[in-house]
Amino acid sequence: MTDGVSPWAEVLYAIIGLGLVVYAVTGGADLGAGLLSLFAHGPRKADQERAVRRAIAPIWEANHVWLIFVIVLLFSGFPQAFAALGVALHVPIALALVGIVFRGAAYVFHAYGIQTAEARAGWARVFGWASVLTPLALGAVVAGISSGDVRVSAAGVTTGFLAGWTTPFALAVGLFALALFALLAAVYLTAETSGALSDDFRRLAVVFELVAGACALATFLLAGRYAPALFENLRSSAWTWPIQGATAAAAAGTLGCLAARAVRLARLTAALQVTLVMFGWGLALRGHFILPDVSLATAASHPEVLPALVIAVVAGSLVLVPALAYLFWIFKREDDASYTGDHSDRS
Amino acid sequence: MSSLLAARLQMAVSLGFHILFAVAGMAMPLLMLLAEWRYVRTDRAEYRALAERWAKGTAILFAVGAVSGTVLSFELGLLWPRFMLHAGPLIGMPFSLEGFAFFLEAIALGVYLYGRERVPRAVHFASGAVVALSGVASGVFVVAVNAWMNTPRGFRLLANGDFTDIDLARAFFTPAFATQATHMVCAAYSSIAFAVLGIHAFRLRSRPSSDLHAAAIRVVLPLAIVTAPLQAFTGDAAGKQLAVYQPVKLAAAEALFETARPAPLVVGGLPDMDARRVRFGIEIPGGLSLAAFGDLHAEVRGLEAFPRDDWPAVPLVHLAFQAMVGCGTALLGVALWGGWLLLRKKPLHAQKRFLLACMLAGPLGLVAVEAGWIVTEVGRQPWIIQGVLRTRDAVTPMPNLVVSFVASAVLYAFLGAVVSLLLARYVLGDDTPLETHA
Repeated sequence: MTDGVSPWAEVLYAIIGLGLVVYAVTGGADLGAGLLSLFAHGPRKADQERAVRRAIAPIWEANHVWLIFVIVLLFSGFPQAFAALGVALHVPIALALVGIVFRGAAYVFHAYGIQTAEARAGWARVFGWASVLTPLALGAVVAGISSGDVRVSAAGVTTGFLAGWTTPFALAVGLFALALFALLAAVYLTAETSGALSDDFRRLAVVFELVAGACALATFLLAGRYAPALFENLRSSAWTWPIQGATAAAAAGTLGCLAARAVRLARLTAALQVTLVMFGWGLALRGHFILPDVSLATAASHPEVLPALVIAVVAGSLVLVPALAYLFWIFKREDDASYTGDHSDRS
Repeated sequence: MSSLLAARLQMAVSLGFHILFAVAGMAMPLLMLLAEWRYVRTDRAEYRALAERWAKGTAILFAVGAVSGTVLSFELGLLWPRFMLHAGPLIGMPFSLEGFAFFLEAIALGVYLYGRERVPRAVHFASGAVVALSGVASGVFVVAVNAWMNTPRGFRLLANGDFTDIDLARAFFTPAFATQATHMVCAAYSSIAFAVLGIHAFRLRSRPSSDLHAAAIRVVLPLAIVTAPLQAFTGDAAGKQLAVYQPVKLAAAEALFETARPAPLVVGGLPDMDARRVRFGIEIPGGLSLAAFGDLHAEVRGLEAFPRDDWPAVPLVHLAFQAMVGCGTALLGVALWGGWLLLRKKPLHAQKRFLLACMLAGPLGLVAVEAGWIVTEVGRQPWIIQGVLRTRDAVTPMPNLVVSFVASAVLYAFLGAVVSLLLARYVLGDDTPLETHA
């Protein structure tokens, strides 16, 4: 990337990017499931809501940790970037946190309380709306990073607290994130249920795939005006069109798989689609944390720290990856896709 | 309200809220596991019911702790960007390790809570053990960060405030690490043991025939009896550590204004900042010299030996310290009483007065945890990194911080009220079947 940047910094940058991608395809899907719970309707409304809760119950806390993982690596490895983000994007980050707190709290309050049906329905609504707030706020953070409006000098952030994230572009990115997360959730739930319930989620998946496509286009067009540097990087790079093409192919593949009821394959293509979107964004940042002032070259921590962090991540992964694989194997196996609605469950 | 005060209050509210869930996250899995173990050994239904009930409590407390902990990891940057700019690389390693431990805890808790019917019994039990162990590991890693703030090591300070020559091992194993970590882990077990003991004692008093509550007390009382005296020892070690490395904090905790040889231990009392003495306190001659240095005649430096600018808020630190020690002493008394009853093999459900004492002692451990946290955090002021970076130089330039302080205070008050209400329903809901809608 940039001359004079330690390869350890680049590896850590890639690990942070990978962490964000995994957060999006796991934790993001949990957020999307919250949105879907607001869309529950018709004769199977209660079953749809239960399917959402049943799908995320054992895994959402683990999925959520990816975000913490990313933040910790960011402040350990690139403290200047973390400090600048905390100042310039204080407001959307705080809003995302409000969403995270209400969502997690409302989820357990709903799941474990001995309480009236009305109270539980209230928590379900809080859970749903908080699941909407967080992707919108995270999208605003992404837009702020990419806008080029946030400027940072040696003395710190110079452009105040509203730059970069209060634009139509920021809203478009937020809606795009929301649509992708809802798509993931709908596809995963299609695969984890069967019968009419599965068809409900399959229809939602198609709708959100189309919405995501529209949001992608809007985001791209608005980027020309509100995130010119990012747009220029996207437009001028040799890798842009292959990645955009592959993203479109993955999206078409998801629609095709859903039409053909190849739901397990659809899970992969939908996750691939989100991964490619984020990959394209990450490449367009060209080694920056905040365009154009905070980059790998300016934000990297002490040379003693970076290799140790990378080694710690690798060593930790040796424990973590098998444990995570086991968790998903227990709760997301093939023979588990038979959920048609739980009639033993009192509600 | 100044930005600095608003940011400090927001941090205090966030940490004060989170620490209760953090100690629960460390200690509840052990209780859940001890009940499960008794169930495996005896096959008696009340132990299984207890394990499941405590697991539900753990699930609620863990989830709220997880989100409040997430908030904290961001708040470090939102409120203290200049602290993170310098400290991030040094405290990043313990925080990264904490991230892994917490990750493992979340995974294992998912298996434990939802996998009872899906995994073999031994795997289920082992997943509970992983929750308990990684919960403690998380706590120890976070305390390593706090210990570094109290006794920063592993770097060289340049004239412009930057750090160089980073040594991550020295930044992890700081002088305060061992004493703070043992004191905190013990505090977690002790405070939660007494809180749970208090709840079940309360219920057993009104329902002496309840197998469930009698079983709960059989499981939790030994833990309370063991940890209360242990906490006195770890606290003593922490105090001796302060005497060497943070003498200002110790002087503030004891409200010792003048350097003295020997120095008295002041019990209770109100520091009078104008007169620079303690009113209404009881003095034990030579007590502080003994507590701080293990020598009745040792010199202990008072606050006046240090610049006025470097003093923390003495009355608050002193009162918090008195509250912590007072609560700890009361718990020690209950623990000794309980030990004596156990030795004499008295049936506990008939010991009404002991159960009343347990009930009244229930909140004291958590009060002591909060008070101890105030001692270590407020006692370090005006420094965010002892002797290196002042808190006022670390705060964000963000305006209107009072808004986010008030918002977070309201949010946490609301969450705290809901959690209390839900847990109270579990405690009081003996006769209604427990329900889970997952």
